[in-house]
Amino acid sequence: MARLHEYEGKRLLSGVRIAVPAGRVASSADEARSIASQIGGPVVVKIQAWTTGRANLGGIRFADTTDQAADAARQLLGMKIGSFEVDKVLVEQKLDVAEEYYAAVIIDDAARRPLLMFSLAGGSGVEERARRETVVTRHLDVTRGLPDYEARNLVRRLGFAGRKLAAVSAALVGLAKVAISNDARTAEINPLVLTRDGKVVAADCRVTVDDYAVYRHPELGIEIARELDHPPTSLERIAYKVETDDHRGTFYFAQLAEGFKQGDGYLGFHGAGGGGSMMSMDAITKAGFKIANFTDTSGNPSAAKVYREAMIILAQANLDGYFGSGSGVASQEQYHSAYGLAKAFYEMNLSIPAVIRLGGNSEDRAVQILADARRHLPAAVEGYRKDDTPAFCAERMRALVDAGARDAESQLPMTRRAYNPPDNALTFAISGGTVTIDLDKCDEATNAVLTEYGGPIFEIADGKPALRLSAEEVAGKDSELIACEVECRAKANDAVYVHLPIRGLFD
Amino acid sequence: MAILIDETKRVMVQGITGREGMARTKLMLEFGTQVVAGCTPGKGGQEALGVPVFDTVEQAIETVGQLDISVIFVPAPLVKSAALEAMAAGVRLLVIVPDRVPLYDVLEIAQVAETTGATFVGPNTLGVLSVGRGVLGMIGGRAESARQWFKRGSTGVASRSGGMTSSTGYYLSKAGIGLSTLVHVGGDAVVGLPLPDALERFEDDPDTDSVVIFGEIGGTQEERVADLIERGRFTKPLIAYIGGKAAREGTRFSHAGAIIEGGRGTHEQKVKRLREVGATVVDSFGDLPEAVKGALS
Repeated sequence: MARLHEYEGKRLLSGVRIAVPAGRVASSADEARSIASQIGGPVVVKIQAWTTGRANLGGIRFADTTDQAADAARQLLGMKIGSFEVDKVLVEQKLDVAEEYYAAVIIDDAARRPLLMFSLAGGSGVEERARRETVVTRHLDVTRGLPDYEARNLVRRLGFAGRKLAAVSAALVGLAKVAISNDARTAEINPLVLTRDGKVVAADCRVTVDDYAVYRHPELGIEIARELDHPPTSLERIAYKVETDDHRGTFYFAQLAEGFKQGDGYLGFHGAGGGGSMMSMDAITKAGFKIANFTDTSGNPSAAKVYREAMIILAQANLDGYFGSGSGVASQEQYHSAYGLAKAFYEMNLSIPAVIRLGGNSEDRAVQILADARRHLPAAVEGYRKDDTPAFCAERMRALVDAGARDAESQLPMTRRAYNPPDNALTFAISGGTVTIDLDKCDEATNAVLTEYGGPIFEIADGKPALRLSAEEVAGKDSELIACEVECRAKANDAVYVHLPIRGLFD
Repeated sequence: MAILIDETKRVMVQGITGREGMARTKLMLEFGTQVVAGCTPGKGGQEALGVPVFDTVEQAIETVGQLDISVIFVPAPLVKSAALEAMAAGVRLLVIVPDRVPLYDVLEIAQVAETTGATFVGPNTLGVLSVGRGVLGMIGGRAESARQWFKRGSTGVASRSGGMTSSTGYYLSKAGIGLSTLVHVGGDAVVGLPLPDALERFEDDPDTDSVVIFGEIGGTQEERVADLIERGRFTKPLIAYIGGKAAREGTRFSHAGAIIEGGRGTHEQKVKRLREVGATVVDSFGDLPEAVKGALS
């Protein structure tokens, strides 16, 4: 889920009139000082980080003076939380706490309803205490939210009355509204504070938003709708762009390790489908490898998408091998993926061994495409079918890596092959790229490939290919054109090149 | 009998004229599913693969008669509206294929399904296939493959992974274990027919004598399967594999559902609960066929 920081969540709470402490977010000690002086009086300075138990990590400091606030910010900014570096602190008025409660909306997957929870035991360690203390829960109607009278009845059961009942129940109604209107998977206020002067204030806030609904909330400014356990790497940002630019099929790329060396046993992992991917990763882990990245292209992706994903995987330095494996019995036609991989392997002049399990529809053709591609590569590429288990494929990977299965002269790290545009060419745009056909190289064999794999795209006039389709019609034919490029290289020459730039990669 | 789909069911496809809708309608027709109507607003009056296309579901029903099932292939942002339309028109079973349907849209569909008595499979499902009887969605991809991969018999398959639904069915068939129905319950955190609900249907199906489930980390479906067995609501042999042993807490591997949050839904916990109630849980996916044979002997 896309996670919001405390200060972002509090902005949502303010929007529904739930009181939050006076304060603002700061990125420097000076800023913290000026916020503290505006607030006047004691403040609390809190790291803005996606973690629980910030107090125990030393991420929360109290300050009585503006100097102390600046000092606290100086100490907290730059602090490491996991692999995240703290770059913002929230400076807020310190509350005069009388009581602390816990309020949250989560998704109850069994009941298929949002579940509102309210407990008298707020503060840190609530998970532990929630089991012992009184908690009231209520499933929410997603179209009605939480009617105010229901909220009042709910908190009355915990002994609330009068002004306190009114204020707390209003906060719960607001929280339900925040959850539903922001597509939140969780929306939590812990603690919800009753101050000594009788106000109900949200002292902390944690909101996560459903990844699939982020498109409905541009106002939240979520850059990457992913629950990564580290700040997005540059490759992850690049991959996320590719995903949002092309909706044909799933595309998922997450780096699990960085900074490893060649020989450390890290593989680039390219899965297809979540279940098959997890099973395949279990198999390569069992074979003693480590996983550099998790990648998934499934749901009938185009060849272009598989190609881009493979290029991003291969842009990771110091991989020992490339392992592709999905469920093994795919309903989708597997040759699209094979073409995408073959193109990427050629362009990167693949110098690490690759084992690809492409079982499913048209698996024989897919395996043949990889076998043809192998002839132009310094390293071994092996394609496998549905009757070859992930464990067997992992063993093949082990054997190839141990044998150092590559040409002695092949280069590591890999670099992208340069492409020199020809003088006499047929060039046209497709969606997300350009196709160039070197007309001087177009012989009978080339033309035969273009006619066979390009379907209706080309006609041959005077021995040379020409476009038969309109610009609009040809724009979506990227998969066919990648097939033409790869088959041409296998059966004729390198007359065809489909240029598919990946924004930010190799620029 | 089998569950959810057989040769007697009358099926419509919403989004029949789109790329996926068209390709999968071909599979369904060729496999023997009775696809009797399609719906794409704005394309009423056309035909797709010989199936009449209507502007609205209501109009489809007025013209071709009652529909048992609707298979939905519209873009994710439009799924809620398509599902609500079908339920409003009286369709009682929906198969929601698209991925990336917003969670609160699913919750709203679920709420309406509860009040209208409808059931939905998915979202993010490959579908349902009853061997030799019919298919909903896209399991098998092509009719010819689906016939070749899955052999008829009496073991049911229910899976949280789409690809692994086919894989499980294929490897079982290859080992001589025939299948009644395969269900991909969908890869999302909230689905309309989770594993325990699928098992209740298999329990009531005289053609099914055992069930294989492919579970995953995250959520509570497998734990609820164990509760079901404990309550005596599922009594047939159950053989399970749970994927994601190597996954780290908090890291999602593709499926929105397969994430361990706050220590809930761990691999260890699921395996333990299922074993406690007498289910067979294999450690390696490849061991499933032998385990099924063992459980049946």
